Amino acid sequence: MSAKIIEAIEKEQFKEGRTGFGVGDKIKVFTKVKEGDKERTQLFAGTVIARKGRGLNEQFTVRRISYGEGVERIFPLHSPRIEKVEVETKGNPRRAKLFYLRKRSDMAVREVVETRKK
Amino acid sequence: MIERFGMIGKKVGMTRIYDDQGLATAVTVISAEPNTVYEVRTPEKNRVKAVVMGTGERKASRTNKPQRVAFEKAGRKNPLFLRQFRAAPADLAVGSEVAVTRFKAGQLVDVFGLSKGKGFHGVMRKHNFAGQADAHGSTTHRRNGAIGCRSTPGRVYKNAGMPGHLGLDNCTIQNLKVMQVREGEKLLLVRGAIPGANGSVVIVRDAKKVAVKA
Repeated sequence: MSAKIIEAIEKEQFKEGRTGFGVGDKIKVFTKVKEGDKERTQLFAGTVIARKGRGLNEQFTVRRISYGEGVERIFPLHSPRIEKVEVETKGNPRRAKLFYLRKRSDMAVREVVETRKK
Repeated sequence: MIERFGMIGKKVGMTRIYDDQGLATAVTVISAEPNTVYEVRTPEKNRVKAVVMGTGERKASRTNKPQRVAFEKAGRKNPLFLRQFRAAPADLAVGSEVAVTRFKAGQLVDVFGLSKGKGFHGVMRKHNFAGQADAHGSTTHRRNGAIGCRSTPGRVYKNAGMPGHLGLDNCTIQNLKVMQVREGEKLLLVRGAIPGANGSVVIVRDAKKVAVKA
């Protein structure tokens, strides 16, 4: 009974189009950013290396190499600040969390992805 | 708000809600079915100005006889939970109902509940004592240590922190913001955490620290 009430409240806040990607995918996340009184869209593109939590509390982590430096951002899956999520390439992960990518160099990561495709 | 008043509710659980800025707030969901007024107490008759309200329904076989008979005579069902509120809103007569809509989104409330029982616990968990070193030759680790002085005063002061039962205490959390009031589902969404397990009875009152408007 209680769980159903919570579920209903969470369901109201679910955003559409946030289910079509998973760990290993290369995605583009478009977020709304407020600058002064203007609002613009910011892009963060990278590999999904983790999804955690469930229901409304689910979050996903995107990792990218920016100017030679690894950058990770964690997004709440159903955040209203996310405009949309686009999938670039589907991944084929062998584990649920790709934290091992942090220890690989940019080239090595590329190699992992290339070999997987074959 | 003319006079502070309250309601009996049930803790449902916690979740989060997003506002239009995209900020997430942790909220506790409280289910508050309409409370029925069982008795209005007046200073002349009962020395106090109060309203007794009940909620839910209890099996007749589980209600004690004096109460059961009294409720039967009054033609009312046996409440699961009965509670006096020290206030006397003029519009409340015996038999009338108080709905969740008496709370408004944005106002502050105090929430009373019975905290979760945690059993027998030591002073580190119960009173946030620091304990002793784990290493460097120390042979005591989680004890309370000294509890008093010497021959002056020759006794242990009251309220010294000792191990013992933790939890299952009456507990009130003050000044929680009401985020949403849902009339149809009879729900109240309150910012932050409240005492007790999911499904336990809680009392929601207008905040004590907010001045009452005349």
